Amino acid sequence: MADVILETKGLTKHYGGVHALEGADFLLHKGEHVAIMGDNGAGKSTFVRQITGVEQRTSGDIIFDGKPVHFSGPIDAREAGIETVFQTLALADDLDVPDNLFLGREITKWNWLGPFRVLDYKAMREATIEGLQRTAVKIPNIRNTIQNMSGGQRQCVAIARTATFASKLTIMDEPTAALGVQETEQVENIIRTLKEAGEPLILVSHNMRQVMDLMDRIVVFRRGRIVADLRKEETDGQDIVAYITGAKTQPQFEGAA
Amino acid sequence: MADTSHGTGGLTFDKTKRSLPGEINIFLALIIIVVIFEVLGQVLPYMNGQSFLFDTQDRFDSIFNEARLRIIILQVSIIGIIALGVTQVIILGGIDLSSGPLVGATAMIVMSFAQTELVNGNPNPKAVFDWAFDLPVILPVLVGLAFGAFIGAINGSLIAFTRIPPFIATLGMFLICRGIAQAWTRGQPVSFPTESYATLGKSMNPVFWFIGLAIVLHFVMKYTLYGKHTYAIGSNEDAARMSGINVQRHKVRVYMVASMLAAFAAIILSSKNLTAQSGMGIFYELYAIAMAVIGGVSLTGGRGSIVGTVLGAMVFGVIQSGFTYVKLDAFYQLMAMGAIIISAVVLDKMRQERATSRR
Repeated sequence: MADVILETKGLTKHYGGVHALEGADFLLHKGEHVAIMGDNGAGKSTFVRQITGVEQRTSGDIIFDGKPVHFSGPIDAREAGIETVFQTLALADDLDVPDNLFLGREITKWNWLGPFRVLDYKAMREATIEGLQRTAVKIPNIRNTIQNMSGGQRQCVAIARTATFASKLTIMDEPTAALGVQETEQVENIIRTLKEAGEPLILVSHNMRQVMDLMDRIVVFRRGRIVADLRKEETDGQDIVAYITGAKTQPQFEGAA
Repeated sequence: MADTSHGTGGLTFDKTKRSLPGEINIFLALIIIVVIFEVLGQVLPYMNGQSFLFDTQDRFDSIFNEARLRIIILQVSIIGIIALGVTQVIILGGIDLSSGPLVGATAMIVMSFAQTELVNGNPNPKAVFDWAFDLPVILPVLVGLAFGAFIGAINGSLIAFTRIPPFIATLGMFLICRGIAQAWTRGQPVSFPTESYATLGKSMNPVFWFIGLAIVLHFVMKYTLYGKHTYAIGSNEDAARMSGINVQRHKVRVYMVASMLAAFAAIILSSKNLTAQSGMGIFYELYAIAMAVIGGVSLTGGRGSIVGTVLGAMVFGVIQSGFTYVKLDAFYQLMAMGAIIISAVVLDKMRQERATSRR
C-alpha cells in the first residue's frame, strides 16, 4: 500500500519480566491524524518510544515510509523524518527561537572551517519565520530567548520544529498536559494546521474532547496491547472509555487482554 | 501586552530586533567606577587635585593620562587572554581552575626551547637543554600550544567521559601543573630568551594579542557552530544531546581551546618578563574567572559573552589602578575585589530570578 506512512507488525517491548508492549499491529496512512489513548501504564509511551528510537524493541517490525527501519536513537529517527515533541521540552533556555529550532542541524556556510564553520543566521531566521507562519504559531519576537516565554509559547516552539523541517511524521506525547486553556487552544490550532497541510500525526492524549475534535481515528491501548481501533464517526466518548477501562474489547483484538 | 501584529498568522515580521545587550550594564559600571576615582582624586586632601583619567600636566598629546590608560590595559591583558578561554568554559557550564598553574608550567617548558646559547659572549648560565639554543621563535610557541592542548584534552576528557565535576578535574590538574612547573628545573628559573622570542611580549604587544584574540573569540562564540553548541550545552545539556550535538566531543574541544589560550598567555608573559619561574601565574585562574564573572558570564552556564569579559577585565584593571592611584594598600584592593565579585554574582542571580518570575 503506497499511502501507508507507518506500519508496525507485532511490535513488542519487555522490560525484564514486564510486558510493557505486546504484539502491536498499527497502521498510519499519509495525512491521517491518529490518537493513542489508554490508561497510565497501558503502553502508549512505550509504543512511541519504540518508534522514535528512544528505546530498542524486543521484537517486531517497524515499516516507515515503505522501508523497514531500525533506529539506533532519536537522532536517527529524526533524520529519517520522524519529529517528536516530548513531554519534557528539549529546549535551550538561553537561546532564541531560530537557535532552538535548528539546534543540532544548524545551517552553516564556509563548511571547510570544520567545527568553526559559520552560522547562516539569515537563512535560519527566514526558515523559522516560514515554519511559524505555516503552523500559525504566534510568538511576539523570535529573537527572544526561550526563558522569557510562557509554557504555551515554549510548547509552540517545540512543535514548530516539525513544521520547519517538513517532517514525514509528527509524534506528540501529551503536548498540552501542562498548559492552560488558551495555550492548549494555540497548540490545537497548530495540530489543525498540520492536518490541513496533510502532515500525518500521532497524538498521545488523555483529553477526550481534544481527541474527538481533532483526530480521525483513535487507537486504544490497554495493558500493553491494542484493544480497539475506532473511526471517530463510529464512536463517542463513552464508547472509548469502555475500551480504555476494559469493559469492551473489539472482536478482532479479542484474546489480547 | 498590546498586539501589534500584522501579517499572516499573527506573526510579526518587524519585531526580529534584539533588545539592548546586557553588556551595557557592565559598561555603565565601568564608567561609574572611573567617575568615583576621578571624584576621589578631587576630594581626598592628600591627592592635591590629581586627575585619574585626564592629563592635567600636559604630558601627552591627547587630553587623557595615556600612561595610566596604558598600564591599566597592559596589566590585565595577559590574564585577560586566559579569561577569554575561561569565559567559553563557564558558558559551557564548566569551570577551569588549572589555568594559573598551567601558565607556570608552560612558561618553564616554553622558555627552555627559547633560550640563547650565548649571553654577552658567555654561555647561557640558565641553559636547560644544551641542544635547544637559538631555535626559530615558532618552535617554542608550538611546543607551548601543544602542551596547552594536551592538558586541555585531559581536562576535557576527564569531564566529558568520566563525568567527574569540572571543579575536581581541574583542581587536580591545578596541582599537577604546579608540580610540573617546579619539577621541570627543580625550581630553577629559566632565562635569557632569543631576541625574536622576547619581541612577542615586548612593550604594548600583550595588549595587541589580547585585543586580537578577543576579536577572534568574539566571532567564534557568536557566529560559529562551535560557539552556538557551547551556549546550547551550557544552557541545557540534555536538550543539546537530544538535538544530536556530540556533547562529549565538544566539551573536550572547549577545554582544549581554554588551555591553549592559557598556554599562549604563558608565552606572552615569559617573553615580557624575559624569564620563566615555576611560581608564575599564581591566582591567575581566579582573576580570570573573576573577570568573566564581573563581565556578566553566568556560572550556571549558557549566558555571557566575550565582550562582557573584556569589559570585566577593564573593570578589574581600573579598580587595581584606581586603588594604587588613591594610595590604598594592596590588601584593601583584594578585599574590594572580593566584594565586587560577590556583588556581580548576586546581581546576576537577581536578574536571572526576575527573568524567570516573569514567565
